Amino acid sequence: MFQGRVGDLVLRDLHQHLRDGSFALQTGTLLSRVTCPFEDVARSLHVLYARHPFQIAPEFADFHVEVRQPRNLRRWFRQQAEFLIDGDPPFEPLPRDQAPAFLEWGLNWSVAASCHQWFSIHAASLEKNGRAVVLPAPPGSGKSTLCTALALRGWRLLSDELTLIDPASLNAHALARPINLKNASIDLIRAFEPAATWGPETYDTSKGRVTHLQPPADSVDRMLETAQPRWIVFPRYQAGAEPLLTPRTKPQTFMDLAENAFNYSTLGETGFDVVGRLVDQCDCYDFSYSRLDDALEVFEWIASGEAP
Amino acid sequence: MTQPESRLSSQAFIEAVKHPERLVDASLSQWDSIIRLAKRSNLIGRLAEGVYAAGVLERMPPEVQTHLKSARALTTHQRQAIAWETRHIGHALGGLNVPLVLLKGAAYAMADLAAARGRLFGDVDLLIPQTVIHQAEAALMLQGWATGRTDPYDDRYYRRWMHELPPMTHQKRGTVIDVHHNILPLTARNSPSAERLIQDSVPIPGTGFRTLSPCDMVIHSATHLFHEGELQNGLRDLFDLDALLTELPRGREAFWETLIARAEVLDLSWPLFLALRYTRLVVGTDIPAGVEDAMRKSAVPRGLSLRLLDAMYLRALKPDHALCDEGTTGIARFLVFLRSHYLKMPMGLLVLHLGRKAFMRLFKNTSRSV
Repeated sequence: MFQGRVGDLVLRDLHQHLRDGSFALQTGTLLSRVTCPFEDVARSLHVLYARHPFQIAPEFADFHVEVRQPRNLRRWFRQQAEFLIDGDPPFEPLPRDQAPAFLEWGLNWSVAASCHQWFSIHAASLEKNGRAVVLPAPPGSGKSTLCTALALRGWRLLSDELTLIDPASLNAHALARPINLKNASIDLIRAFEPAATWGPETYDTSKGRVTHLQPPADSVDRMLETAQPRWIVFPRYQAGAEPLLTPRTKPQTFMDLAENAFNYSTLGETGFDVVGRLVDQCDCYDFSYSRLDDALEVFEWIASGEAP
Repeated sequence: MTQPESRLSSQAFIEAVKHPERLVDASLSQWDSIIRLAKRSNLIGRLAEGVYAAGVLERMPPEVQTHLKSARALTTHQRQAIAWETRHIGHALGGLNVPLVLLKGAAYAMADLAAARGRLFGDVDLLIPQTVIHQAEAALMLQGWATGRTDPYDDRYYRRWMHELPPMTHQKRGTVIDVHHNILPLTARNSPSAERLIQDSVPIPGTGFRTLSPCDMVIHSATHLFHEGELQNGLRDLFDLDALLTELPRGREAFWETLIARAEVLDLSWPLFLALRYTRLVVGTDIPAGVEDAMRKSAVPRGLSLRLLDAMYLRALKPDHALCDEGTTGIARFLVFLRSHYLKMPMGLLVLHLGRKAFMRLFKNTSRSV
């Protein structure tokens, strides 16, 4: 078996491994075997996962996914891409130019839909000094933007979409996947960190203009390190607002965390128990902000343990 | 593919699901195929349940344990969820004062049959007398169920030709119920008398619901499977039948004779015959010698030789996965698809229906939205 870092492969070889279905990408503890004939997908993976480990034809992989052209008449007009997991398409096809983003969404879905060994929350999570902050939030709350700024300024990225909690230890597991940014957030982060590395931009998706940001190298190198959640912060971007950090009650946080989880009811009693223990051990806040620099300062303060 | 995949025969996969205790010696690459096939054919729950029941989980490779634990969490949840859902349904429909007969998965779960162990559930299927079908729809709507966004064609198709209401989804819980007034479409060649099925149904103690009689449960499962056009769950359904045919004859005298006679009364001998044949051939179910022979004369579908049926079903009932495909699997699946429609509709209606579906598909999702 042959393995290494994705960025060490020549693009042409990566494309070949993707075409013949032998390429497997490691994100956190999960190994996903990816088959795809498209060159733009190879290029996107090459950039976004440059630091990630890969294996060629491993004996076992957790997921076997494929992005390809649907085998129907649409091969010849208005081309499409479809995402398959073990030959089964969980979604309707998308326009062909969205294939690189489609793979990202599909990989997210694979984890959210079938990894019930973890309690999984629709939330970003980051670590500092061995302690993790969880940022659950509905779309549009500015969660990914805030998560990106923190990840680019010394917080270790665990995940931007899926916070994975081990039910026994409550440890948060990292995926260190690329961060998905949309519309105005893209320009905001481009200005915030000109040196960041980006995947291709896709226009006119259901979410508008989207792209992905390469995760910081340190987050990828340490993706097997877990962290104990210590804070739960519900962020809200509000144009023109001064930064405001407000403690929130534990019962309300319990309800909102359960609401944001993918498998709260699937895990039944375990889910209830995990949310209860998480809320017990974390300080819980609402946080509204308009400027990233303000937000970074407030999070430093939270991390220092001096926040109320 | 230039990388050779370590192919696992579908027979080896079926053995794995039947005898998980033998998997302690399986290699990682065998496990890779087993987990993929189990997920694809909706048998991962049954596999996980078997591994837990045999007490061999700890002896499996750690990466495999993760998938089995995850599947077990899901099936355990679904078992509770189905009990909860049927309580809501009972509450909504109790006022109709008619027999509420659960079918398939929900019935196996509520009657606590072995067939429910580790089974993954989709919708709740319910059989009620045709006379109250509209009252039932209204009563369910009052409690939050609604037929989803179906286009007018689909809606009319269901109501005019089918044996059920369009699926109804609960607006808060997202659960789906299929309300049937028969087990086959009105247009089908041998649509049985639903009254007979309801008449013979038996109460599930403490629930307010009923199940089909043991023989009818087998016949229904068989009928459903062999009228199905897409056999993605075909192997799962054979495992259901295997569990039913192993558990139900126990302690029931003359089970097999009753079963054969009942299928004749319902004019459903041929699907039962095929079900017995293919559970035996594919899953290795123990069926007493002579049962199939006794049925053979009356049951082999007219115009089709057993050899052709074998050629179709022995391929199409494998997991629908590239790992199990032979060159001819696609043709076999297509023939099963055509046959199922032929069984369910007169030819003229069928041509119109499939033609419209194919035509509309060309234009579906041309917009740039998910």
